[in-house]
Amino acid sequence: MQADERFTDATWPASPEKATLEGKNKYLGFWLFLGGETVLFASLFATYLALKDKVPNGDAALAKDLFELPLTFVATMLLLTSSLTSVYAMYHMKNNHFKQMQAWLVITVALGFAFLGLEIYEFNHYVHEFHHTFTSSAFGSAFYTLVGFHGAHVAFGLVWIISLMVRNARRGLNLYNAPKFYVASLYWHFIDVVWVFIFTVVYLMGMVG
Amino acid sequence: MDIICITFLHSEGHGIDFYVLGLQISGLGTLIAGINFLVTIINMRTPGMTYMRMPLFTWSTFVVSALILFAFPPLTVGLVLMMFDRMFGSNFFDVAAGGNTIIWEHLFWIFGHPEVYILILPAFGIFSEIFATFSRKRLFGYSSMVFATVLIGFLGFMVWAHHMFTTGLGPIANAIFAVATMAIAVPTGIKIFNWIFTMWGGSVKFTVPMLYAVAFIPSFTMGGVTGIMNASAPADYQFHDSYFVVAHFHYVIVGGVVLGLLAGITFYWPKMFGTMLSEKLGKVTFWTFLIGFHLTFFIQHFLGLMGMPRRVFTFLDNQGLNTGNMISTVGAFLMAFAVIVMVINIIMTSAKNEKVGNDPWGDGRTLEWAIPSPPPFYNFKQLPLVRGLDPYWVEKMEGKKEMTPAEPLGDIHMPNSSILPLTISFGLFVAAFGALYNMDDKTWTLPIIIVGLLITFVSMLIRSVKDDHGFHIHKEDLMDDKDKGGKA
Amino acid sequence: MANEQSNSANPNVDLKYRRKKNAEEMKHQVITFTLMIFFTLIAFAAVGIEGFSHWFIKPVILLLAVVQVIFQLYYFMHMKHKGHGTIALFLFSGLAVGLITVLTFVTIVWI
Ligand SMILES: [Cu+2]
Repeated sequence: MQADERFTDATWPASPEKATLEGKNKYLGFWLFLGGETVLFASLFATYLALKDKVPNGDAALAKDLFELPLTFVATMLLLTSSLTSVYAMYHMKNNHFKQMQAWLVITVALGFAFLGLEIYEFNHYVHEFHHTFTSSAFGSAFYTLVGFHGAHVAFGLVWIISLMVRNARRGLNLYNAPKFYVASLYWHFIDVVWVFIFTVVYLMGMVG
Repeated sequence: MDIICITFLHSEGHGIDFYVLGLQISGLGTLIAGINFLVTIINMRTPGMTYMRMPLFTWSTFVVSALILFAFPPLTVGLVLMMFDRMFGSNFFDVAAGGNTIIWEHLFWIFGHPEVYILILPAFGIFSEIFATFSRKRLFGYSSMVFATVLIGFLGFMVWAHHMFTTGLGPIANAIFAVATMAIAVPTGIKIFNWIFTMWGGSVKFTVPMLYAVAFIPSFTMGGVTGIMNASAPADYQFHDSYFVVAHFHYVIVGGVVLGLLAGITFYWPKMFGTMLSEKLGKVTFWTFLIGFHLTFFIQHFLGLMGMPRRVFTFLDNQGLNTGNMISTVGAFLMAFAVIVMVINIIMTSAKNEKVGNDPWGDGRTLEWAIPSPPPFYNFKQLPLVRGLDPYWVEKMEGKKEMTPAEPLGDIHMPNSSILPLTISFGLFVAAFGALYNMDDKTWTLPIIIVGLLITFVSMLIRSVKDDHGFHIHKEDLMDDKDKGGKA
Repeated sequence: MANEQSNSANPNVDLKYRRKKNAEEMKHQVITFTLMIFFTLIAFAAVGIEGFSHWFIKPVILLLAVVQVIFQLYYFMHMKHKGHGTIALFLFSGLAVGLITVLTFVTIVWI
């Protein structure tokens, strides 16, 4: 079977992401990579927890001074919703509906950009209102590194999904690019998983004190 | 040490930056290679090759790759924190700004301890193959060997703080990590006994690889015994940062890993290059290396107990340390001599270039010995059918000279070669070079970093958007091939 | 490599069945999402509404986060489908290593 062969709805396999050996390998390899990423983010969380509120003097802002509920809530809703829209995209991929898949991916990407914009606004806010910067304290370093690493993952995911969409815009789905779309959506969900812990551990628990 | 810390907050110069950036890049490569091995082993085994029929070398590679997957990310984070502190002025390790240096110790050793198993387990795998081959007997306790390998991998993540007993983590933490460390002696002991029982009653042939394997058992066990000594937290307060520790880890690393490498090179040389290394010169290498190794490191136990600190390359005269260090030096020269003989051996063998067949040791048990030396780039023409542990041996015992194919002869799908991995890593090299000198506030470094990262990311983008379906070796071409890759 | 998905003799019957199954699964996904949003609301409310002790809030919001992540993994990322045994083994191994790291960093780093 040629990987770039054209399919009808009926011949399109039920799990196109795992229909070829290359797809299967990509799929498993990417999950394993996410296993490694779990440890990476756990190490960053651990560092943050060890350095939380560790500041050089009494004037510096602490977690409970910085974080605000509404901003975090909006960011969370944006990212959670983008997770659902990427599920919709994969649903249409399994049904061989390329156009709908692209449409849901566009929404996913838009939500991702909104989230990223909010994060930039938030960091800017902390720097200017609270003088809470990357170099002002160990707390600042740990906070920006953890949340920034997540933000960088979001940015990378956006570039990734957009380049997939552009690359395949004309030719539609085949068994060569289906695993690529699927793996990118796994990555996007993983970003959401990490965010669930960030909003809980960093923001909510930070506000509780 | 405290005084130094106050005067110089960080190491001057670029040495640290060089190793941080270098480790970061090579760590990335290691991680990707680990994932590659895992996927290959899980997804691409030949028909009949169940997990419990895999050669132990493959099993140890599998476990090691899993260790890589989970051990390298903490190192990455630790290095990132240090890099940020040095390059961008963050305060992770600056105590005055609320930082904490203990987190570096933890992150490093959460990686560092699994790393020593990443080193030793492949050597265990190589030795397991060698013992079975040259005892001409299946490996004793195969399933317990697999179990022990997995258990070592598992326990390897629970013991890292034994490197930090003197940090002051408190008696409870020290006790937990001491007990966990000693527990690792159990699966390792299982392995040692299994190797001994493999030889027991076998018709042992003392080839060069087998000599290394036999010498490995007592050498490595000595390192294991001093490991248990170090694992006793109260005793470790005496051993810590002394030459005793240096002696310990050289006994496991040289007595285990380096002997394993030398054995593996000799054992697999004919498979890799199609020529047989000289047994005579190999024996010279073996004996001089073994004697040199024990001469160098055995005495260091006592130097350590006499109070010689590690990480200091000079020592005061008239402290009673001179003779011991002299003996050590003589041993080191012997090891160097051994390696030079090995290089000569390699050059002579390559110059003679006497080609050998599929199974030059005559007692090959596993699949690789069923195909030509060196193997054709597609390995088997037809995937072989595996009917038991040591599949080639199974076939040989039934009087066959080749593996039974598991599929009809057909086209073989192969991946294309690609220059992109090279440009990806070249970009990282360029970026790291810029980052190395960024500390000096040199303005030319920023464009270099950007250009380097651009090369990397653009290469990745091309890799992603460019279709690469690989190619097929056609059935007809395979049939024309005289040396019958898949069958012989 | 051969395509291992076996479609039944009549592709159109098969297609109908598959479409139905996919649609059903999508319905479950939407329910999952609704629950996730609900959990998030509870978590934010627990912090936003004054009067709860932080001994109560912290365990509850952590529990909600864990449940939400399980939903993500098992529904959105399809880990509930069969053939995910190896993946689960590796993911949970990674999680175990990560949790030990976090535990260490909140207990034995001299703070
Ligand atoms: Cu260790």
